[in-house]
Amino acid sequence: MTFLLGSGAGFSGDRTDAAIPVVAELIRRGQPSALVFETLGERTLAAAHRAMRDEPDAGYEPLLAELLAPVLGDCLSHGITILGNFGAANPDGACHVVAELAGRAGFPQARIGRVHGDDIRAHLSSLDLQRWEAENRDLPGEETLISANVYLGAEPLAEALALGAEVVVTGRVADPALFLAPLVHHFGWAWDDWDRLAAGMMAGHLAECGAQVSGGYFADPGCKEVPNLATVGYPIIEVEEDGSLVVTKPPGTGGCVTERTVKEQLLYEVHDPANYLTPDVVVDLTSVEVRQVGPDRVAVSGIRGKAAPQRLKTTVCYEGGWQGEAEISYAGPNALARAQLAAQVLRERLTFRAPPELRTRLDIVGLASVFDSDAGDLQRTMPASASGDYRLRLAAEHAERRWVERATQELLALYCAGPAGGGGVRRHFQRRVCTASYLVKRSDVEAFATLFEKRSHYHVAS
Amino acid sequence: MSPVEPTLVSPSERSPGQPLDDSVTVPLHRLAHARAGDKGDRLNLALFAYDPDHYALLLEQVTEERVLALFAHRGASRVRRYPMPGLAGMNLVIDDVLQGGVNGALNLDGHGKTLSFLLLGLEVPVSSIPRD
Repeated sequence: MTFLLGSGAGFSGDRTDAAIPVVAELIRRGQPSALVFETLGERTLAAAHRAMRDEPDAGYEPLLAELLAPVLGDCLSHGITILGNFGAANPDGACHVVAELAGRAGFPQARIGRVHGDDIRAHLSSLDLQRWEAENRDLPGEETLISANVYLGAEPLAEALALGAEVVVTGRVADPALFLAPLVHHFGWAWDDWDRLAAGMMAGHLAECGAQVSGGYFADPGCKEVPNLATVGYPIIEVEEDGSLVVTKPPGTGGCVTERTVKEQLLYEVHDPANYLTPDVVVDLTSVEVRQVGPDRVAVSGIRGKAAPQRLKTTVCYEGGWQGEAEISYAGPNALARAQLAAQVLRERLTFRAPPELRTRLDIVGLASVFDSDAGDLQRTMPASASGDYRLRLAAEHAERRWVERATQELLALYCAGPAGGGGVRRHFQRRVCTASYLVKRSDVEAFATLFEKRSHYHVAS
Repeated sequence: MSPVEPTLVSPSERSPGQPLDDSVTVPLHRLAHARAGDKGDRLNLALFAYDPDHYALLLEQVTEERVLALFAHRGASRVRRYPMPGLAGMNLVIDDVLQGGVNGALNLDGHGKTLSFLLLGLEVPVSSIPRD
């Protein structure tokens, strides 16, 4: 029987009403199904650790309650399993929130599974570490290290489901493993059935970024049209026991599922398509076929699997000093020259108002910014209109807060002491958490699941 | 859904043996679509021809060397290209191009998400585009 995988979120900060039509469709179909919230990236894990350092009860997905509340009761009453890496740096804290929400929805006895073992910070120094292939940096010193989390595979999640969990809370796991686990649990696939595991992983890969497979992050007016993007439907993947899969979305939602939307997501964040590394299987996409089989229905076939890697990727977060940004706008006649003069003045000021090791970057938004080098090569050569609407942006980084604060304050001072007509200054600065990636031996990682025991004293702010 | 077709020089408008005018180019954006993804300081760009008949042109024009040159100003150190004929596309993997990556860059776009459109700005000679 077909198993349905629904996506409720594709990143931390995703639409919090996206899961509602997905769950409605899963209920309407009445087939075995799971709903997955993928809310943890390299950036968000670092942010979670930073939040937890300031406040020990934080560190899980900040939007957790907003994401879950609209659908939790419906899922629990219809047997739709929920899995999410919304535990981030604090899965225990997330379990408390889920338990509280389930109680409010009328399910105080809901079984919540918690996955353990991704946090290897405590014994990192005793492990045999290799650099991840694209990593240039040595392991940061113990004094700057904040966290170390392994990308776990689907096994401990399937273990949580075997324990009867109706909601599975994880920290760091490979994103598509959130989708593979319920498939393995439902179909009873073996952990060395590489082709099926690969198909399940790719079902997860296609759905893990939410709308990115169903018309989100795709529209390019005049070239790639997407209907009703404001109400884009998040994906549902239909998976069969033999690993064949169809990507679709709830009826009546916006967006589209086409060969083009699926192809773009198929290779998203993939490096060598013959060896896409995941904790549970190495996926080979070289024979993959993508075929439209109906309106908003695309079949993906030809996915092959190879034995799982012996090492698992680990992301470490470490203290990266301070970073800040500040911006000021110039518009109308001769705006470009005024923005360029402001940049020149700022550059000159910083040579004697800040230490030489202050790392800075100056963009002129409207001329060249996101494509540019840190040195501003494009900014110097890009043809541009003398008048227009330009925004000078400073970004600065230093180990000490005071120099980042000083640099952004120098931009602020352009209000009165810079060129004519500057306005709209915004500035902020914050601690930076850096990340680097290494590989640990699979045999050094001990991952497992438990059922969460609710403690009565915990209170969730409403 | 199809992109605007570039104006092409008809073979009949040329005298025999005369080479096509390579000075007329169109951006890759007319022929292909792309998406960027990041891991650490590494970027991948998945590029697909709208029309499978243009896949050979992508292979000919979007070489590792040209892509490395396109991203050289950002410090790119290596480009590897993985052709995907079954998808009429390719995966381009570019190392050290993200200025420190999402948690390290001073760039507004630390992920490099916008860079798929830097690739799509690559100019392709009109003469190399196959005619229907």
